[in-house]
Formats: sequence, C-alpha cells, structure tokens
Amino acid sequence: MTKRDWQSITLSAVLLAVAACLPLTGDAYMLSIGITIAMYAVLATSWALFSGPTHYISMATAAFFGLGTYTTAIGIENGLNYWVTLPIAAVLGAVLAVLVGLATLRLSGVYFVIFTLGLAELVRQVVTWGQNVSGQKGLYVLTDITEVHIYWQLLVLAAIVYLTGWAIGRSRLGFALRIIGDDEEVARHSGINTSRAKILLFMVSGATAAVVGSVLAPRYIYIEPALAFTPMLSFLVVIMALLGGTGRLWGPLVGVIPFTLLWEAISASFPNQTTLLLGLSFLVIVYLLPRGFVGLIESGKRKLREREAFA
Amino acid sequence: MDILITGLLLGGTYALIAMGLNLQYGMARIMNLANGEFLVAGGFAAFWFYTAGQVSPLLTLFIVAPLAFGLNWLIYVVMLRPLVKRAKSHGQLEVDAILTTFGLAFVSVGIMLALFGGDYFSYSYLARPITLIGDTYALNRVTAAVAAVIICGGLWLWLNRNRAGMSIRAIAVDPKSARLVGIDVPKLSALAFALGGAVTAVGGALISTFLTLDASTGVMFTLKALVIVIMGGVGDVRGTIVAALLLGILETFVATLIDPGLTLAAAYLLFVLILLFRPQGLFGRRTT
Amino acid sequence: MTTGATVLSLRGATKRFGGLVAVNDMDFDVTEHEVLGLIGPNGSGKSTTLNLISGALRPTEGTISLRGTPISHLSAADIARRGIARTFQLVRLLPSMTVLENVRAGAVFGHRRRWGAEADAHALRMLALVGLDRRANAHVGELTYIDTKRVELARVLASEPKVLLLDEWLAGLNPTELEEGIALIKRLRDEGRTIILVEHVMDAIRSLCDRCVVMSTGTKIAEGTPEQVLSDPEVIRAYLGDDDA
Repeated sequence: MTKRDWQSITLSAVLLAVAACLPLTGDAYMLSIGITIAMYAVLATSWALFSGPTHYISMATAAFFGLGTYTTAIGIENGLNYWVTLPIAAVLGAVLAVLVGLATLRLSGVYFVIFTLGLAELVRQVVTWGQNVSGQKGLYVLTDITEVHIYWQLLVLAAIVYLTGWAIGRSRLGFALRIIGDDEEVARHSGINTSRAKILLFMVSGATAAVVGSVLAPRYIYIEPALAFTPMLSFLVVIMALLGGTGRLWGPLVGVIPFTLLWEAISASFPNQTTLLLGLSFLVIVYLLPRGFVGLIESGKRKLREREAFA
Repeated sequence: MDILITGLLLGGTYALIAMGLNLQYGMARIMNLANGEFLVAGGFAAFWFYTAGQVSPLLTLFIVAPLAFGLNWLIYVVMLRPLVKRAKSHGQLEVDAILTTFGLAFVSVGIMLALFGGDYFSYSYLARPITLIGDTYALNRVTAAVAAVIICGGLWLWLNRNRAGMSIRAIAVDPKSARLVGIDVPKLSALAFALGGAVTAVGGALISTFLTLDASTGVMFTLKALVIVIMGGVGDVRGTIVAALLLGILETFVATLIDPGLTLAAAYLLFVLILLFRPQGLFGRRTT
Repeated sequence: MTTGATVLSLRGATKRFGGLVAVNDMDFDVTEHEVLGLIGPNGSGKSTTLNLISGALRPTEGTISLRGTPISHLSAADIARRGIARTFQLVRLLPSMTVLENVRAGAVFGHRRRWGAEADAHALRMLALVGLDRRANAHVGELTYIDTKRVELARVLASEPKVLLLDEWLAGLNPTELEEGIALIKRLRDEGRTIILVEHVMDAIRSLCDRCVVMSTGTKIAEGTPEQVLSDPEVIRAYLGDDDA
C-alpha cells in the first residue's frame, strides 16, 4: 500500500463521512436529491467497472434494477425480512448477468449493446404478462424503512463498490480486463480466458444494480412493472458514467453530480424537453468529451506538464 | 392458416423496414439506432398528409422517400463520416456510431414531441376487409405488404444489376478490397446510408396505415429491425427478407395464441437462439 | 541436424474458407530446440498454418499435437497456456499501456503465472534480453517500428513458451535493424528455444534455420535443410517471379 493509496482511502472516508451528515440538515428536498445522486453514483460506478475497460456498452442496468426491486417486493409480500431480500437480489442479478453474458459476450460488442437495450423492456413485458395471468396488478412494499435509511444504505453500497473497484483494479482480473479492452486477440493469445473475465465483471455490475433496486424498493411503496423497469434509467447511467469518464474509479461520480442537478433543473422547468437533453448529452459525449471529464482533466494536466518542461 | 398469411403480410412490411437498417448497418457499416425514429417520422408524414389533404399514403411515399434520403445523407456526411475518419478501430467506430445515433434518436423524439405532442396517432385507410383464399384480411395490410414486396424487389434488382448497387454490396463484403478495385467507398457509403433511411421512412408510411404509432414507439421498431437483420445475416438481402417473414409469422402466432403483450419476448427468444447457435445469421458467412 | 523429442506435429492439417483451401493436408514435425523455417511465396498459406497452430483458427480437418497431446480443438487461450506463443504479422501492442505493462501481460497469464513484483522483475529481464530495459516506462506510441517488434517479442518471451511462433518478424526492417533482428533470434536459438519462423528474408532463413518446410498454394512442396530446399527445382519454380529467389 503506497502513500498515495492511504491518501485516497483517507480522502474517500472523509467524503463519505461528510455525505453521511446530509440527513442531519433536516431538508427533505436535499435528502431526495442526495438519494438520487447516491443511487446514480453507485449504478454508474459499478457500470463503469465492466463497461469501462471492455468498451461493451451495457444498457441492461434497468433490467437488473427492476429485478432487485421486484425481488424485494415479492420477498416482503411473502413474509421475508427486508434485509434477507438484499443478498437474494444480488444472487439473482449475478445469475441474470451470467445468462446474458453467456449468450452475448462471446460475440462482438454490438450484439451485446442491442441485446441489453431491449432486455429491460423484455423483462417488463414478461413481468406484466405474469401479473395479468396471476391477477395482480402491482405490489405493495410496506416497511419501516425511511428515506434516511435508504440514503445511508446507498452510501454503504457506494463504499463497497469503490473498495471492490479498487481491489479489482489491482488484481489479475483488472489487468486482464484492461488487456481485453486494448486488444482482445492479444488477450486470448496471452492465455486469458476472455469470456470468463468479461462475465465475472458483468456479474459484479449486475448484482450491484440489483441490490440498488432492492434498496430503492421501499421508497416507491407501490411497485408496477413500468415503474421498476424504466429503460430511461439505463440511458441516464450510461450518460453519467461516460460524461464523467471511465478511466478512473472516481470518474463516474464526477459525471453523476452535475448531470443529476442539470436533469432536475430541466425536468422542473421544461419537462417535455428531457428527451432532447438526453439525446444532446449522447452527442456531446461522442463529439466533445470522448474520455469524459476525466479525459479533459488528464489532458489538461499533461499540457501543464509540457508547458513546465519548456519553461 | 390465416395466422400464417397474416404473419406473412406483417413480415413483408417488416422486411422493408429491416432492409433500411440492412443498408445502413450491413453496407454503410453504421449501426443506426435512430432508424425507428425515421420510421415514425415517415408514419407522421403519411398521417399528416392523409388527415390534412386526403392524400393516399401510397402517394405520400413519393414525398417521404426523397426527403428522408436527403436528411439521412446530411446526417451521414455531417455527423457520421467524421467518426469513420477518426475511429482507430472497427470496435471504436461501432461504439461511437451507437452512441451518436442513439443520441440522434432521442433528439428526434424530442423534436417530434415538441412538434406533434405525445399522443398516439392513427388513421383509417383502406380499413376494409378483403377475401383471399377463403379468409378475410384487412385491405390495408395487404396493400402495405404488396407495396413492400414491390419495393423490396426493386431494391434487390438494383443491388444485383445496377453498378452502384453492386458496388454497395462490395463494400458490405470488404470495404478495403472495394477501395482497391476503384470503388468510391465514402461516397457510396453515404448513398447506402441515405437510401436506407429513405427505405425505412417509406416502410413507416406503409406501416402507419394499419398500426398505431406515437413519438416513442421508434425504439421498438429499431429493435425488431436489428433482430431481423442479425438473424438474416448482416448485409445479406435474402436473409433479411426471410428473417422478416419468420418474425412476422412468429409474432402473429404469439399475439394470437398466447398474448399480444409478449411479441417482444418472442422476438428476443428468437434472437437469443440465433446468437447461441448461429451468430452469423441464416445466410451470413462465419467470420473467422 | 538436431536430434531430440518431437515437440509439435501436424498431421493432415487443412483449413478451408468456403471454397478456398488455404492450407491443404500439411504434415510436418518440429523437434525440440530446432529452428524450423516455414517459407514459400506470398499467399502460400504460411501465416494461416501459424494461425492453426496458435489457435487463432480452428483446422477444418487434421490434427495438431503438442508433445503427443492433440491441441487443435483448443481455444487460443488454452493453447497459449500450454506454452505456445506467437508474434503477429502486424505488430499488436496494447496501446493504453507502457512497455513494461505490455511485457508483463505475457508474464501474468502464461503457464507460469506470475504476479506483482515478481512479474515486473521477470518482465524487466525480458526487456533486457531484447535491449529495451531502459525504455520500460515509455508509452508504446513513442516507439520506433523495430522497438515495437522488440516489445512484442519480449511479451512473447515473458510467457516462457515451449514453442515460439514468429510471423514475419523480420519484415519491414532496414539493413541495420535486420542485422540486429537476426542477431536477436540467433541468441534465442543459442539458448535452445524451439522456434517456427515464417519468413521471406532469405539471408535469415539460411543463417538461422536448421530445417525448412516449403509451402505453395497451401501444400507442402519440399522439406529439408535450407541448402537442400533452396536448390530444389520445385521450390525455385514456385518462387519464380518473386524478387527474393
């Protein structure tokens, strides 16, 4: 563990502690925004763990999220304790990831993107059909969990995701993924089982998204398929992560905070133009910020260093 | 039996839509996720002309096609060609194309919402039954399918007999070699992309005669077109048509016998099976 | 003439791409510690044969065996882990990483799985072998052409392969670089490594190879020492029109 590692850990711990104090202000609106930011921070960071190094753009976040929400809802309805539903959701998320991964990750990235794009819609259709058949329209989630609890759970989840990301980055698996992202043929010829590496990371990403869905379930109180499986969620996560930049662990967070605030502002003033904002964001990312804010910061630092070298 | 015919009718129209995407992805090599939005735009145009001036959608086709062609040409040259130039690898280009066209899709939806509002739109055109082979079918579906067949046939002829068409097929097979035999790849890619957009918009106008559309249904059609193109073999014309017919039959089957809400699930199941067992599609060549 | 155990053997190896037969019924053995030259005019199927051995392609027919165990049905990753490593005709380096990290990639996932400081030390030793130890922290974008080839070679060596496949590694070098390149491979040979060399450069073939297998349009047309095959009238006829003959 280098000195820089200790610095990062201390900084992260301090930031987490500060963030945890938010509920103490008593402002309900701030707490609501805080939950949204925390939720997207966890989702975007875990998304970037997989999609960052491999460049496979996953649009499946909503499917995993909805899976988690429904797991908790059904679990509570059938008498399970809320806390028990969380690990169950994680396992189910991992299983779904394995299934999707086995079907699509051996092939090129395009097939993966397309498949994940429709996955949330597919699951929603199946769940709706299931509910029609069973006669139930929606599910009630009645717990003692308050918004504050949800917020703190998300912070804990964020800490776990960061720790996991940090550990993976220093591990063989992380190295293998970087190699795969650079040149998959070289990765294969170096002895890396590329499918397995991709699926493993996808499992981490999927399980996390599922648990986030579980944690958020008590907030909705009444769950409907259209509510739990919103494709918009997937798109927002992709934008925020790419906007921030997937080159660094803290990259997505840098994208989440400003974008969430922008989104809230536009939703409030021009509610019909949110789709337009979504589209423009994608275009901005491709044409102006291909490496996200992280990329901007890095090239800024490099230019400074070069200028100093001449001075 | 009538499920089969209805499915074929649906599939025929799907073939036209998928043909558009096939031209754009298989030949111009751009995964255009905004494809569905052009379909909806074509439908909007047909709706508008019909409700405003009683103009038959079959005639509106002649307005929609060149407009869509021009617009798609512009999009390719202004937005997509820079990406082709700057991409360091094929994978990078695909990712960039996906994100860009995805963004374009949302921008289009946003514009359409602003202009037309979020309501569903449909109109009644040729909604009479006609009797074929002992069963009754909606005349609008039959007309749409016949028109689709004619246009697809024309396209197929063009791609196989006309010099420009064959050059485009050459690009689909191998852009590098195509360049070596003197084919102007950038210009023909733009042509293929623009043509694909025109074909899709025409398909949208046709499909609007018997389906209800709204500003947000584009994604669904993009997905179905993608499934069809991949299932048939990217770049292959026969494959697209066969796959479209298969999907049309399967969807009608599921909608009639199981549940109309599961049509996407059916398409997906087909997609997964193809990916697992024959990822190059029915007629595609296995890439080594 | 080297005597020793057979390390690699091909029996009836065939590769078809639709109607095109790129490799037709190839039969040859590679003995331990020998340098085998796989030569022939352009388009004769040499690189495809290498691809079959390394697992980049699967043979349509026939078997390829490593020390008696068939490997032709295995994935490239499995074959790499069993000790067969290769360079590519167009140098493939990992663009986002430094020279050291590129070489480390070879050390971490091979059959001798190293990690951490041990892997880095090993990688540095490999870089020293190819003469690049002073540029360990350079980014691969800053390197000259022959240096990129050296990095790729170091990466391949880092996995401690039992069989080394060099796909036209000497191509595109100027005379000085060519001398250095041949000297490097000579050093590898003197260390006793088993190497299969696909090459066009005749000087290299003559000075490096113990034996040669000559291919033309996918079929083996001659086998023997460099002197034998290069004076074989069949071989000369196959090369007629080729500048190197």
